[in-house]
Amino acid sequence: MSAAPTFAVLSRRQALAGVLGAGISIEFLGRKAFAGADGAMETRKLVVVICRGGMDGLSVAPPVGDPNYAALRGVIAIPGFGQPGGALKLDDTFGLHPALPSVHALALKGEARIAPAIASPDRERSHFEAQDVLENGATAAYGTDSGWLNRALQVMGPGKVKAISVGATAPLILRGSVEAASWSPGPGAGRDTRLPGILQDLYAGDPMLSRALASGLATQAMATVANADATAALSLGDADAAMAAPGAPAPAMTAPNAVSGTDMSGATNAGGPAQQTTLRQGLPAARKLGATLAGFMIQPGGPQVAAVSIDGFDTHANQGSSQGQLATRLAYLDAALDGLAEGMGPAWKDTAVVVVTEFGRTARVNGTAGTDHGTASTALLLGGALTRGGIVGDWPTLAQGRLFEDRDTAPTLDMRGLFKGLLVAQYGVDRHALDTVVFPDSAAVAPTTGIVA
Amino acid sequence: MALERNLAAAIAVTRFGLGAKPGEILTARDDPEAWLLAQVRSGVGADQPQADAQGSATRVMQFRDYQKERQAAKASGQDFDPVKFARKLILADAGADFVARARLAATTDADFRERWALFWCNHFTVSATKLQTATLVGPFEQEAIRPHVFGRFEDMLVASSSHPGMLLYLDQAQSVGPDTMAANFLSRGGKKAGLNENLAREIMELHTVGVASGYTQADVTEFARAMTGWSIGGLQEGDAGKFKFRVAAHEPGARTIMGKRYAEGGMDQALAVMKDLAASPHTANHIAVKLARHFVADEPPPALVAKLQHTYLGTGGDLAEVAKTLVTAPESWSSAPVKFKTPYEFVVSSWRAADIAPQTLPDIGQIMTSLGQKPFSAPSPKGWPEEAEVWCAPDAVIKRMAWAQGLAAKALNGRDPSQLASDALGARLTPLVATAISRAETREEGLAILLMSPEFQRR
Repeated sequence: MSAAPTFAVLSRRQALAGVLGAGISIEFLGRKAFAGADGAMETRKLVVVICRGGMDGLSVAPPVGDPNYAALRGVIAIPGFGQPGGALKLDDTFGLHPALPSVHALALKGEARIAPAIASPDRERSHFEAQDVLENGATAAYGTDSGWLNRALQVMGPGKVKAISVGATAPLILRGSVEAASWSPGPGAGRDTRLPGILQDLYAGDPMLSRALASGLATQAMATVANADATAALSLGDADAAMAAPGAPAPAMTAPNAVSGTDMSGATNAGGPAQQTTLRQGLPAARKLGATLAGFMIQPGGPQVAAVSIDGFDTHANQGSSQGQLATRLAYLDAALDGLAEGMGPAWKDTAVVVVTEFGRTARVNGTAGTDHGTASTALLLGGALTRGGIVGDWPTLAQGRLFEDRDTAPTLDMRGLFKGLLVAQYGVDRHALDTVVFPDSAAVAPTTGIVA
Repeated sequence: MALERNLAAAIAVTRFGLGAKPGEILTARDDPEAWLLAQVRSGVGADQPQADAQGSATRVMQFRDYQKERQAAKASGQDFDPVKFARKLILADAGADFVARARLAATTDADFRERWALFWCNHFTVSATKLQTATLVGPFEQEAIRPHVFGRFEDMLVASSSHPGMLLYLDQAQSVGPDTMAANFLSRGGKKAGLNENLAREIMELHTVGVASGYTQADVTEFARAMTGWSIGGLQEGDAGKFKFRVAAHEPGARTIMGKRYAEGGMDQALAVMKDLAASPHTANHIAVKLARHFVADEPPPALVAKLQHTYLGTGGDLAEVAKTLVTAPESWSSAPVKFKTPYEFVVSSWRAADIAPQTLPDIGQIMTSLGQKPFSAPSPKGWPEEAEVWCAPDAVIKRMAWAQGLAAKALNGRDPSQLASDALGARLTPLVATAISRAETREEGLAILLMSPEFQRR
């Protein structure tokens, strides 16, 4: 975003003219999304947030009312409702981690829910396999090299619904035959230059580079507008400064040490004042990042589908409780979601956001005040499009004999069912296509119903 | 070699090396294969970025001092700014390590040797994403990886698994056998102590046999038990900041891992497991696939994989021999540049093309971060990904373009971009790009076109 101040003063028209002047066609800027027959669909938005590293569901939405919770968790247990640093109450059993106040506020309005025992079909407890399966939508890693979200766009009719990923690299979930935009904060190309036009000519015979360049230039023009909108929506006095800090914004959604303001440090030292400081520095940036993404998505003809990654959830040691390593990551997540919700404005009512991770973690605290790779975790559902209701899926409890392999939260809900439910409710994706193309060989997994109005 | 010699020379320097400096392709042209083989250095290993580097033991103890000071400051309520301290540690030490490594890459004449070393640094990833390990990545690469890159794989595996950087990064240092004196002692002091299976799992999954080899959760846990005791010495123990085997933390008893029984043997128990892991055909295949993918194509030719695997198994994992097999296999010399450069490869090859080297961290840190490859901060123990579709995101291409323009403006100094292009790409320069460079409005524009050309973006 360090280039943002230069661009922020430009009007939309000027921004467009700058890019058009470079000989670039703008595909989705200012274009009316799609034809009237799809009227209801064209305002629907879906955001998938992937928390990488294995997010500990039992801390995200701690079942503090479960009689076995405190004993299993020991020093990392989140205190009960009303206690200092206690869980934010959802119902008699579940609360939210105290670092998730914005999510909690949405939950109180019926705009956030939890799925407390959700898992992908993968049971290997390997980060890399499990992330592959989460993203490729198949039953096994390496099953396919495109992502389920990309294939969903494909079956909706290529080009009909556009998508964007946030981050410097392209996530598997959006890779595939349908072109997706990508964006991350940071300086873009200078405007008064012939270079983009020359490169477009040179890339004519090079589909990979030409697609990426055209999409990047279009998104860059759009970012100018989205940034201005985000700044207006948030009125964050220090946001620009935070975003301009070197190292702060760009890695925010892709590098594990997103909250760190220090160029190469991580914030994995639990709870100290260093962490508090980096936390303060990171939160406005996170909020603005969420708001900027919203800024993209509310533009006419802008992307309706987005994929965002946040790293750093692999808490094997010193994971902390109400405060500490995991709390820092969750605060960052909370701020990004808050920025997104606020930035969406009136479009929030048509928006569904799902926050998922590749697997949960062991129910018992391990020998180093952390948790090891587990199975089911918690997904968060957010958005104005949600139906008010309780937990999504069943709660297997943490009772002895109910843990998966006497170790992890037992899965009761297949993640693919939740994704299918969202694709049906938001875009009316055909069931047969969901069962065969988007999530191959998944006819046995029914779309989750009753989650979106 | 059936390839025309000019093309072979260009491939040797741009695909196996780190990109051509002016004159380099000409040097390789006499005998491109011999030029590569001469860089395989069995006895010594890879080059070291810093001859007088601070070792890991010093760095570990410095970090412990910092932790103590922080605790003392907290206890006494005095005003102490640990963030400032941490930033100094990190920017001064880790930053200097990274710049030194980047300077070596930008300037070395043995750039195949350096690429080979970088491959192994990524295979055994230690990342600066933990504050504790931020200053240990450089020492880890220098002490555990670089000396062994042309030695036996098993030696590198043991060096990596016993290095303080890895022991801290993957939480092994604090793993304690549940039925040990150490666990007993710690629990009496009110501290919880027990097993942490992080390093054991990643050794199996990422460093050796790979997840497809069919090991189970029970195998991981058993290996983690065998590894208990692999730790780091404290100030009073004589091995301050260095590897230390703690007998009192080692879970007693025999272990069964992947169907094989390992008798109790203290530290030797895990060494025996590692020996078997290193010798496994699964490991040979895992490494062969990764090497072929890195050097040749995202979808590696099966014939090349088979050759690499064969050499690995036939030589007991002699990596010098594996390197020789790689450069002598005809499959490695396919003429089209198909590997899209990672950010580090793009930036380093750009410096080499312009014949410059980075001086300070900002020269490299900012662009690496904005392209998604923050210095020393791989996102997970799996290391940086390889595939083109990861790095060729729209946003990344825009940022590469902006950086290429900036570099051209700063570094050209009136040189002729057409000459730089032919020096950098040799026979790989296409007429289309050569023409575009010659028609550029300014010399700077010409250099930016070179750096952003399809053939320079790949190797």
